[in-house]
Amino acid sequence: MAEKIRIKKGFDIPLAGKPSSIVTKDTITSVFAISPDDFPGPVWKAVVKPEDKVAAGDPLLIDKASGKICLVSPVAGSVKEVHRGERRHIEFVSVVKENESNEKTFSLPKNNADEMRELILKSGLWAMMRQRPFDIVPSPEVTPRDIFVTAFDSAPLAGELLTDELAKWLESGLEILAALTSGKVYLGIPAGSSISSKAAEVYEFEGPHPAGNVGTQIAAIKPVNKGETVWALDVVTASKIGKLIKTGKADLSTVVAVTGPDVKDPHLVETFVGASIATIIKNNLVKENGMRIISGNVLTGVKVSEDGFLHYPYRQITVIDEGDDADEFMGWASLSPKKFSVKRSFPAFLSGLSKPFHFDARIKGGHRAMILSGEYDKVFPFDIYPEFLLKAIIAKDIDKMEKLGIYEVAPEDFALPEFVDTSKIELQKIVREGLDYLRKELS
Amino acid sequence: MKGLKKKIDSVKPQFEKGGKFSKLHSVFDGFYTFLFTPNETSRSGVHIHDSNDSKRTMIMVVIALLPCCLFGMWNVGLQHALATGDPDHSLFHLFFYGFWAVLPQILTAYIVGLGIEFVVAQIRGHEIQEGFLVSGILIPMICPVSTPCWMLAVAVAFAVIFAKEVFGGTGYNFLNVALVTRAFLFFAYPSQMSGDNVFVSLGDAATVDGYSGATPLGQLAASTNGAVDVLGVTGTPLSYTDMFFGFYPGSWGETSTFCILIGLVILLATGIASWRIVISGVLGGFFMALIANHFATPLYPVTYLTPWEQLSLGGFAFAIVFMATDPVTACRTTTGKYIYGFLIGAVAILIRCYNTGYPEGAMLAVLLMNCFAALIDYCVVNSNINRRLKRVTVKN
Repeated sequence: MAEKIRIKKGFDIPLAGKPSSIVTKDTITSVFAISPDDFPGPVWKAVVKPEDKVAAGDPLLIDKASGKICLVSPVAGSVKEVHRGERRHIEFVSVVKENESNEKTFSLPKNNADEMRELILKSGLWAMMRQRPFDIVPSPEVTPRDIFVTAFDSAPLAGELLTDELAKWLESGLEILAALTSGKVYLGIPAGSSISSKAAEVYEFEGPHPAGNVGTQIAAIKPVNKGETVWALDVVTASKIGKLIKTGKADLSTVVAVTGPDVKDPHLVETFVGASIATIIKNNLVKENGMRIISGNVLTGVKVSEDGFLHYPYRQITVIDEGDDADEFMGWASLSPKKFSVKRSFPAFLSGLSKPFHFDARIKGGHRAMILSGEYDKVFPFDIYPEFLLKAIIAKDIDKMEKLGIYEVAPEDFALPEFVDTSKIELQKIVREGLDYLRKELS
Repeated sequence: MKGLKKKIDSVKPQFEKGGKFSKLHSVFDGFYTFLFTPNETSRSGVHIHDSNDSKRTMIMVVIALLPCCLFGMWNVGLQHALATGDPDHSLFHLFFYGFWAVLPQILTAYIVGLGIEFVVAQIRGHEIQEGFLVSGILIPMICPVSTPCWMLAVAVAFAVIFAKEVFGGTGYNFLNVALVTRAFLFFAYPSQMSGDNVFVSLGDAATVDGYSGATPLGQLAASTNGAVDVLGVTGTPLSYTDMFFGFYPGSWGETSTFCILIGLVILLATGIASWRIVISGVLGGFFMALIANHFATPLYPVTYLTPWEQLSLGGFAFAIVFMATDPVTACRTTTGKYIYGFLIGAVAILIRCYNTGYPEGAMLAVLLMNCFAALIDYCVVNSNINRRLKRVTVKN
């Protein structure tokens, strides 16, 4: 019987556009791209040139330092472009899918942790994991204290993570992960779920977002201390690892929830990682322009243009109004029931904060210094004082950052505080810069 | 509104860098964002935001202050009518007497304070911050009705510059700006800030027989013969109802505990004030008042007041609800808020009872605890740090 943990601090943002459970198969997308910026930590170098032929599973980029971590091509075809931005920084590598099926099959490893590790690195699945501290792709040299796997995504409008097909491989995946850590594998499942496991210790999480964030689960089960490293991943990656080791094939397909108030028919689409956005949302938007397309959810996703690509973790697209033409007259005095606030300072709360709202991308105010206190704490389920940690990061005080718990957090943990913030401070950016600064100073 | 927006947009370039009026950029921007909520969309991090912003927060506090403010104006009129024997007690007559009496103070506070805000914002290249919208109305409300405007202007300028702007503006100050203004007035011009002749606006009219303009706490502080009844301006004893509803002379905005409670409900319902500070503040005050009342002595006549009277009289309730809960100068940790509130309540009553030099202690209590807020937070945060360190050592 799984132990139950109740998350009290948090909030489920009632964004309109929840996906139905209908899954359609994407057969038309032909261009796929991998953005190295989605995989923080290593410095990536491209190992392919335009027009190179690649099989599904062939590396496109590898990390410069060890040469072991690969970002692989999700489909078979030919390399279209190695797109570089300023100072020759690689922005993405795109591949045009070709019809013949050409999938790389790896030789199966012996029951040996080192060989399994090598295989996961080569298959591209390694980069789908994250390590704490620093929220980066795990370093291949470090054996983690524990491994945390979350079985659900509680972010606004997120779809179900595990498909029936993948669920078959979950237990073998967890067994393999157990062999890669000196400690335990912990699996966080949603309340009422029937997922069980012998290889992992199962915890049931109840409560609002961020209950499904792996950071929340780590904090509730066994927080990270200075000098320790843990890995964090979702059940999709865990199952794919199981499938890889048993069959020798890296599964790079993904199910994307197309969601949001500006989507006509929110539903699920089965495609491959890095798929181009345009074909997935084609004919499914309520209007022509004035929209913001986000790869991911509204809290942590990446803004993309219509000719952009899916970004890590490749499981959701959200489309909302941009709203930059609103010209709202004296918004601070508004009594409109369409203005959402958790603070009950707008009348919307009278009709309940759980009915779906149409949010747009405006920050709805001016940037200020931190004024109200205790705002972040209400949606931040960690034994950490977020305001004090943020101030330590802004002051670049490494000693204070360590003492206040920076090793336990990732930018996504500050997404809800950023949403409710009256002062409109870019908290996730501050935390990301703080983590990068700390990593640089300590290396 | 589209037309207005177009018109303003057409003059906008003149206020930007290199424009004819670029020196007025911050002022223009302040008015522009006042009229039209900025269309700025998120560039990093979350893509959607809560609608609550700093302007809305401040405006909710001003709304919460309105019952006290309107009642205070009426009460200025009432005390005037009682003191001068004016038989006309109609609502509008009393209200407008008070309104005209306090309007110059309100205007002075806003013009001086916002003027400095505008200048500083322009020098620093910041947006204009809304903090003074609240301070500007708070300041006159906690001053006697007869405070001369020039004194108020000097005090506001001092407080805004030296208690706020030198630290970086709203959000960085460690002392409550409104209370620094009040404290400056209190110590710089003591004779105009206390005594029997400043709390009732008489105009040029003669007073009735038996008139005394002393506030209830002033009467007690000056008493030498042990327990006294608290009297109104006409010499009749004040009932507890009078005290609770605020029908007595005092700093004009803070006498009515009833109106303060209405404001409190607004602040707590919108989640802007911390209920922890308010509850622990009232408990602290009640506890100290109980002790003082138990050991009541003629040497300190204020100790004869019951705890309920202590909570209803003077500036105590106003200070707890509107001053102690100022998020910038209060403790920021949850545990800290309980300690901070409790100490404000206790110290306010302590000063009131045992320091006969100061008839009211709420102002000094809040300012004192403002100074200690960071220390309290430091201790609370340190306990979190120690807990984290212990986790590591247990493992080894």
